[in-house]
Amino acid sequence: MSVDTDPEFDFSGSAIERKRLYGKLFLGLCISAAMVGIVALIALLADVLYEAWGWVTWEFLTYPPSQVPDHFIPGNYGDLDTGPAGIYPAIIGSIYLIVLTAIFTLFLGVGAAIYLEEYAPDTRLTQFIEANIANLAGVPSIVYGLLGLAMFVRALQTGASLIAGALTLTLLILPIVIVASQEALKAVPDSMRQASYGTGATKWQTIRNVVLPEAIPGIMTGIILSLSRAIGETAPILMVGAAASMFTPPQLTDPTGAFSAMPTTIFDWITLPDEAFQHVAAAGIVVLLTILLLMNATAILIRNKYDRRA
Amino acid sequence: MSSESIDLSRSGNDVGSLGDRIARYAFFSCAFVTVLTTLAIILVLVNGAVGFFREATLVELLGGTLSADSAAGGLETLREGLAVQVTITEFLLGTNWSPLIEPTSYGVLPLVWGTLVVTVGSALVAIPVGTLTAIYLSEYADESVRRTLKPILEILAGIPTIVYGFFALSFITPTILQPLFPQTGTFNAASAAIVVGIMIIPMVSSLSEDAMSSVPDSLRNAAYGLGATKFEVSTQVVVPSSLSGILAAYVLALSRAIGETMAVALAMGMLPQITTNPLEEMQTMTSYMVQVGISDVSVGSIQYQSLFAVGLTLFAITFTMNVLSIWVRSQYREEYQ
Repeated sequence: MSVDTDPEFDFSGSAIERKRLYGKLFLGLCISAAMVGIVALIALLADVLYEAWGWVTWEFLTYPPSQVPDHFIPGNYGDLDTGPAGIYPAIIGSIYLIVLTAIFTLFLGVGAAIYLEEYAPDTRLTQFIEANIANLAGVPSIVYGLLGLAMFVRALQTGASLIAGALTLTLLILPIVIVASQEALKAVPDSMRQASYGTGATKWQTIRNVVLPEAIPGIMTGIILSLSRAIGETAPILMVGAAASMFTPPQLTDPTGAFSAMPTTIFDWITLPDEAFQHVAAAGIVVLLTILLLMNATAILIRNKYDRRA
Repeated sequence: MSSESIDLSRSGNDVGSLGDRIARYAFFSCAFVTVLTTLAIILVLVNGAVGFFREATLVELLGGTLSADSAAGGLETLREGLAVQVTITEFLLGTNWSPLIEPTSYGVLPLVWGTLVVTVGSALVAIPVGTLTAIYLSEYADESVRRTLKPILEILAGIPTIVYGFFALSFITPTILQPLFPQTGTFNAASAAIVVGIMIIPMVSSLSEDAMSSVPDSLRNAAYGLGATKFEVSTQVVVPSSLSGILAAYVLALSRAIGETMAVALAMGMLPQITTNPLEEMQTMTSYMVQVGISDVSVGSIQYQSLFAVGLTLFAITFTMNVLSIWVRSQYREEYQ
């Protein structure tokens, strides 16, 4: 019997060998799982870009939509008496919607965060408000759509208007904005507040002159990220009654007028049976994703520029 | 005599100034808007649903009146019906959902079934992938890999859900499902489940990773000291120790899947039916609401009110799951503090 085959020293087939093999297999499994998300993201973006290739033109950005798919085909532009078709009114609609939502959330979200961080005593009511905010963040967006439909469109008689859409989106992103603003306020060191009180400043003066200026970059980052979620939301504004397609952009001076927004227009295009509209929808998605990308980039820039901890 | 403590840090600085008191109340009103929002949601849903159940009874009765032999018989039925006014059992237990086509029927179970299929299907995608990703990020990946991988995965959560619907229709179904299973329809539950699963991967992975990272290193080192391999430490120490946090992540992600609307409405079709074949068209609670939302349904009609009955059902389910998730997590917080 040779030493090599002596069971005492033979590790091949032993528990340790097997465990090492399991460890390697498991690590391989974990890495492949992590890759699934990345592969899915690449496939999704590649699919959208492939379908939209050649369909995103300057005309697409600057002309109103059309029921006729031929009007969207870049090669046809020259022969049309109606002019090319595009997504312009929906872009303007989405931008106005987000501007109004931004104004509402800025006041409500930051105000609520200031109350919860700076004023609120540790009472049952405060705990209830905080728990309620956490729960609101988990309410499906279409339920907010029903709220907007029954409360703003019907009860308050706003009709299917920009203002109804913006108010609905405001309530939808309010929980996220409040939590993000609270984080920004928490990051302001207490020593700065104490210093302000030490000079005889009142609470409101301290908040206005010391805490807010310090927390603004963090608050802005949170708001822009929430708005980038709001701009892609389809279900709530669909329930509120945003038009699938409009030929004129809405007026910011008349927020009670009808409007169309990018997500509802894209949704309409996807549901149209004509094959060409798949490309038109993809082109719309590219525009939407580009705007999202710009908003996120802005948020990250603000964070990096003002982040003192970095 | 009751002793009162003086809290200088709070009220002390408010004294005297009217502006300060106004500011305080203004900020409180902002915070209170969130409470009002919850109340408004509940009020709107319950109000609409109550109208729905009353309306359903009336519609049934009108049908009964028309076919009744005598007017007296019809009135009799009407009186009986108004006294009952409840078809909640029919709504909750009925297996036929046909609100737009005569004869109408309002059994919500086909919609609940559609939602269940998508939720279970997306869980089959997101739970294994998300959990393994979380183990990799928390236990194996070094800092630089983690810092690149996490934001990339977060992008998945930031893409509008309508884009996922497009992805399902233009890629998942024709390029992946149909070549594998030729009987797959243009609209099918499987593609919806897959894209919703992809959508919630970052939710499962980042919340689970948070739970795993909060397991103290002393536990890991104790296991290593006993001769455990990294695989054993990960699966037999870290995962069991953070199990409640991981479960909370699952519940939250599934709650998101239940409420998911646009991707499901686009990919899955609009046919409410109870079938075990995921390659067929089905309808969820959310996509029914979209269907009514985009059709010209008049206010006050039974279809309009059915929105709120379905919405209330959806809200009740997601609310329960969110509370469950908070409860599960609170169990785990006690463990390591």
